[in-house]
Amino acid sequence: MTETGTMGLPYDLIIFYLFASIVVCASGMVIVARNPVHAVLFLVLTFFACAGLWILLEAEFLAITLVLVYVGAVMVLFLFVIMMLDINLAVMKEGFVRYLGIGTVIAVAMLGLMTAVLGPEHFGIDQVPAPARHGPDYSNTEALGRVLYTDYVYAFEIAAVILLVAIIAAILLGLRKPRNRKLQDAGTQAMVRKEDRLRIVKMDAEKGGHS
Amino acid sequence: MMAPLQMWLSGWLPEPLPLILIILIKIVAIVLPVLGCVAYLTFAERKIIGYIQMRIGPNRVGPRGWLQPIADALKLLAKEIILPTRASKILYLIGPIVTLGPALAAWAVIPFDDLRVLADINAGLLYILALTSLAVYGILIAGWSSNSKYAFLSCMRASAQTISYEIAMGFALVGVLVAAGSLNLREIVHAQQGGFLNWFWLPLLPLFVIYFISGVAETNRAPFDVAEGESEIVAGFHVEYSGMAFALFFLAEYANMILISTLTSIMFLGGWYSPFQGMGPLDEMTAWVPGMVWLILKTAFFLFLFLWFRATFPRYRYDQIMRLGWKIFIPITIVWILVIGGMVVFEIPPWFDA
Repeated sequence: MTETGTMGLPYDLIIFYLFASIVVCASGMVIVARNPVHAVLFLVLTFFACAGLWILLEAEFLAITLVLVYVGAVMVLFLFVIMMLDINLAVMKEGFVRYLGIGTVIAVAMLGLMTAVLGPEHFGIDQVPAPARHGPDYSNTEALGRVLYTDYVYAFEIAAVILLVAIIAAILLGLRKPRNRKLQDAGTQAMVRKEDRLRIVKMDAEKGGHS
Repeated sequence: MMAPLQMWLSGWLPEPLPLILIILIKIVAIVLPVLGCVAYLTFAERKIIGYIQMRIGPNRVGPRGWLQPIADALKLLAKEIILPTRASKILYLIGPIVTLGPALAAWAVIPFDDLRVLADINAGLLYILALTSLAVYGILIAGWSSNSKYAFLSCMRASAQTISYEIAMGFALVGVLVAAGSLNLREIVHAQQGGFLNWFWLPLLPLFVIYFISGVAETNRAPFDVAEGESEIVAGFHVEYSGMAFALFFLAEYANMILISTLTSIMFLGGWYSPFQGMGPLDEMTAWVPGMVWLILKTAFFLFLFLWFRATFPRYRYDQIMRLGWKIFIPITIVWILVIGGMVVFEIPPWFDA
């Protein structure tokens, strides 16, 4: 699958390792970074490099959507919230030693679980064949659309309904009843005319000397 | 024009280098004119707003003030860049770069005419949408890392506003996608062939208006410039910046204005096509005009609108901005996507009967 230039350099491998190392370093920094805002920014970098990897797999629609949705919208909201938090790092580090034991147990259990599920016997390079290369006319967007609206149309629509329900629920949770609040009605504000609130008084100019 | 140069280069350079060099030359050939336009757009802005307000505007540097932008740039270059104490240093310096980067990178997929485009990718529209949504990071990073409450307030406002208007913008682009049947910008222009009335501004009129207004909001320009409301939060996210770091924010803002204007021309006003196409004698008389000139003229019209808005409208109140974006623009775009879907299905002439 590797295309080699005339100099014998496998360009896509070089690009792959570049992006892959960015993904690994940045996701490590997400955990290690002391400042939560820096951690979120490293997560953004991780997503970005992942998008680069997906483009190498000719999944340009998914890659650009990853940047558009996760980097452009979800992570901006994340940052929005985290920047407003007043985080005291000293308080957060309290009890680090106390919880170290149980924390280690959970971490090791998670590691074991992930190795079992994502190990090489399921996702190894010999298990998953390399994707076939397509010509320049191939459109990933079109291919995805065709599958999504034919074979997987029910799953797609069910997901859409679940998202709609989630939106309605979120709006309802955020909605506060107008207590004693003075609400502006933008419609009537826009309909207002000069005659409704302005009275022009005609007065004769006063005569006489300067006061 | 590039083919002989590439032939000549590959004569004496090893293989990948000629291609990379050609791409670099093309990038420079796009970025330099864009930055030149940015410089003279600031001049045009000061002159035009000056005349609208019955002033003369800058007229001291060079003949009729024509060297003013160069004087401004030199002044900003010579200034010291101040780092505020307790600012997050690296992020503070990355902020302006992150703002300018996407603003210039988006130009990669813009077709200047049928042949002149740097990267003719099939998901061009998505790429543009993704990159314009990245611009807010520069503002967020700059506002947060400055360690200043005014800058911070401004970056909060900017991010909320950008996200809100991005949705309306995205829906407007979905309308264009449905109408043209392609995500490739060149194909979108091809779909509008055939003169003034065949362009997408007519069947997509609400989306056209909404896209441009959202573009004004996305670039944080008046009347949506709450991110830099001088009367409330001093200057906004760039209040702590000085010198060239400050100038980069303005480069990005004006480059984004030109980008939005160009995109509006490409998607709704037929890109490089002449407005007189298929109009007999008028078409023949203007046949010598290169396509790029039409695109530049259309872009200049929208840029003038940006300046005109700024001189005409008072700044929106924050809750009004949110209301306009969420309660008016998004419902209209959703309804119009359904209308456009119907028009495409029933092949309404003269746009969708191909």
